[in-house]
Amino acid sequence: MIYLYILVMALVTYLIRMIPLTVFRQKITNPWICSFLYYVPYACLTAMTVPTVFYATESLPGALAGVAAALILACCRRNLVTVAAGACLTVYIVEQFMTLFGNIF
Amino acid sequence: MKGHFMEGLKDGVPIALGYLSVSFSVGIMALKEGINVFQGALMSLTNMTSAGQFAGITIIGAGGTLLELVLTQLIINLRYALMSLSLSQKLPEEMPVWQRMVVAFANTDEIFAVAMGHTGSLTFSYMVGMQCLPILGWTGGTVLGAVAGQVLPPAIGSALSLALYGMFIAVVVPAAVTIRPVLWVALMAAFFSCMICYIPLFSGISAGMSIIICTILASAIGALLFPVPQETDKKEA
Repeated sequence: MIYLYILVMALVTYLIRMIPLTVFRQKITNPWICSFLYYVPYACLTAMTVPTVFYATESLPGALAGVAAALILACCRRNLVTVAAGACLTVYIVEQFMTLFGNIF
Repeated sequence: MKGHFMEGLKDGVPIALGYLSVSFSVGIMALKEGINVFQGALMSLTNMTSAGQFAGITIIGAGGTLLELVLTQLIINLRYALMSLSLSQKLPEEMPVWQRMVVAFANTDEIFAVAMGHTGSLTFSYMVGMQCLPILGWTGGTVLGAVAGQVLPPAIGSALSLALYGMFIAVVVPAAVTIRPVLWVALMAAFFSCMICYIPLFSGISAGMSIIICTILASAIGALLFPVPQETDKKEA
């Protein structure tokens, strides 16, 4: 079943890339469509991140700290890998801290 | 011809290295949603798209329908149609259809960007050369991530779950900070996504459907309120 899903995904994605390269070769000039397509990556990445990211880790505080770290690093224009690594490291530290001191609080 | 291939291969190295780490987190994510190492690798090899695969993995994990899957891929990957159109203008006019069909396979955001920035003719051998290593990096990284996800302790697995989201944040935030309309579009998408997630009335909407609805709504309103001047859309696409 998963293979069917993978095949369908691959086919749709390939056709989207292939048809404009072979069949329609003219430029899209409609400003609304151009603008729509320009915003799509930002809208979809955000929709996939919020609010699921807060439930991605083992604890909510860990996720919150990780997201905060990612936001700060991204604002400082760090590259993709640094932002991701910083977020992961923050989650790890916060969650280790919570396990260590969990019994005290 | 051979020189062009080598030149392309070289230009593909930085893309491949970047892909290695992004796909590492795709591999971890796939594993979490019940997709095994081989299936994950096959998906990366045949799809070559981070956002599309992530949405696909979410739908597979949630047991979504094929229609949902097709719709999400269509919407999320629609931008590739725009890139292919632009790329089509830059490819030599005499390039035969079968070569165009090969070049289309890995026309990702990054490969498109390098191709458009390339000075000189975009020959078939250059394009194929440039795509080789990124395809390898993308697939290899997925395998590494899925394998690592199996052997790493849960605490590290939990931390790594944030990697892909971190990369999404790294793409959206710098653009949102400098380009005000992008900020509004991102905020709208986040708002709609939270509404669908938390308001009981919308509880019937699946994860994949939610991505489609939020993406279309936020982008459509964004396009209506803030039309993009023609020259920036090419650069940022």
